[in-house]
Amino acid sequence: MGIEVVVEGLTKSFGKQEIWQDVSLTLPAGEVSVMLGPSGTGKTVFLKSLIGLLKPDRGRVLIDGVDMAGGAERDIYETRKLFGLMFQDGALFGSMTLFDNVAFPLREHTRKKESEIRRIVMERMEVVGLLGAEGKLPGEISGGMRKRAGLARALVLDPQIILIDEPDSGLDPVRTALLSQLLIDLNAEFDATMLIVTHNLDIASTVPDNMGMLYLRRLVTFGPREVLLTSEEPVVAQFLNGRREGPIGMTEEKDSATLAREAADGFASAPLPPLAPQLEPSPGLGPRRAAERRRRRVLTLLDQLPPAARAEIRKAYGATAPGRSDAEQATLTPPPPLPTRRSGT
Amino acid sequence: MSAPPRTPSPLLGPLRQTGRLFTLAAEVCRAAFRRPFQFREFIEQFWFVASVTILPAALVSIPFGAVIALQVGSLTQQLGAQSFTGGASVLAVIQQASPLIVALLISGAGGSAICADLGSRKIREELDALEVMGISPVQRLVVPRVLATMLVAVLLNGLVSVVGTLGGYFFNVIMQDGTPGAYLSSFSALAQLPDLWISELKALIFGFIAGVVAAYRGLNPRGGPKGVGDAVNQSVVITFLLLFFVNTVMTGLYLQIVPPKGG
Repeated sequence: MGIEVVVEGLTKSFGKQEIWQDVSLTLPAGEVSVMLGPSGTGKTVFLKSLIGLLKPDRGRVLIDGVDMAGGAERDIYETRKLFGLMFQDGALFGSMTLFDNVAFPLREHTRKKESEIRRIVMERMEVVGLLGAEGKLPGEISGGMRKRAGLARALVLDPQIILIDEPDSGLDPVRTALLSQLLIDLNAEFDATMLIVTHNLDIASTVPDNMGMLYLRRLVTFGPREVLLTSEEPVVAQFLNGRREGPIGMTEEKDSATLAREAADGFASAPLPPLAPQLEPSPGLGPRRAAERRRRRVLTLLDQLPPAARAEIRKAYGATAPGRSDAEQATLTPPPPLPTRRSGT
Repeated sequence: MSAPPRTPSPLLGPLRQTGRLFTLAAEVCRAAFRRPFQFREFIEQFWFVASVTILPAALVSIPFGAVIALQVGSLTQQLGAQSFTGGASVLAVIQQASPLIVALLISGAGGSAICADLGSRKIREELDALEVMGISPVQRLVVPRVLATMLVAVLLNGLVSVVGTLGGYFFNVIMQDGTPGAYLSSFSALAQLPDLWISELKALIFGFIAGVVAAYRGLNPRGGPKGVGDAVNQSVVITFLLLFFVNTVMTGLYLQIVPPKGG
């Protein structure tokens, strides 16, 4: 099972430019979370702060009792081995083939035999659909392939926490949809805590258990997906609809004159898109163990949520409640090992 | 809200850079003893640095030995001390010329390549990827490179000393009609073993400086591919400045500490 990530009062600025301040949230263990936000709101900076690549000005990031923001260097390096991070453009080692890239963490951190390394690498390459390209250099393949190779490398040490930076950038809609499914399947298989940073609405509306949004140097909200997807907040509503009308402008914040004009035109209150159902793992994988944990967690939270979100959660869990008991039983029996199941899909 | 951040004084910039350079140097020294040692990377880098520096070093050292021999020979001739040409020119070559030639070549040929390599890895986020995997780039990449430049510097210093001395001998004996006997006897009258030690020690330290500065600039390029180019440029210039400064200090110390043989 994944590890809980607790972020407390994180603040980061570069020189005088403040990126965001006082971000506090908890990524629940084993669940999939998405951090949304317009371009340039410091989503990638947030991701890098979680793993300790960038040092925030204030605040803590607690993972298993280790503070990734200000802890001892030695502890941070140890804790990082629990992480898998998929960089925006893969961040593959340019001088190594894809195979060596994916094998790299295994060779550095484990004493596995070369034959075993080969088996594991090939397995991960198959998961991300790169079988046959393992001899290529990163310079010889497309951006989408580099991304997937980066994902394979992030997965190779069976991470407890997987951070994914803009999985959709540079991918076509079909590949993005397939990748969304892959991410849910990965969560079903590894039960790792996942944080996806994106501004892709399809991923945001179908993949996560929890969602947050960064805007104007602060965290607008973070909570169960229903909260954000039904939110009446103008920023969120504009973003989820991808509309021009609303508080978000080309330079992050629109001036008040434009806003007033839009309000007069009556655009600002268009309805939210209907709530899309969350993706289920591919057939044969069994239910995600996180789904049941989340159900219990969210139901206890129910009283604190806004009414619209409450209604959606009731609808989702009420409707699937009879089927849940099977799912609950299935969670008790561990799912069969991964490679055999993969070959069928 | 916190207090508005203070604007740092522009005077502090160079100091901060210097501090970070020394921090990296200290970190390299510490990480050099941390297991596992990256032997493969070390051999590869050693081979690379050696292969780009051996030939230029040998080619530079012949004329360099020659000009020193010619200049010193001409001076001693005017002073009437021609029999001491050998000792003087050999000492100049071994103590001063050789470590500097080695360091300049290592910094210019090897250090610039190291800086460009690390810099492009940095902007491609490869170094971040290493850190995310829990691997220190300093231990994995910088330590082998710095040790490689140090070892190459020491070995190359021997080569340059020999070639430079032979060049000086050739020019003194053949071109200036010096006698081989006087050349050799003045050599053994003035030169002593510590001269060779200080030469190798200088080469070792210069190699360290060249490696650390190249790595430092490579690890901190400013903004994109252009930044890497600038970093390479700066690394060579900074290394040169540091080398001549450190050389002055070391030479001064040596002349104070080790008594001259001829005196």
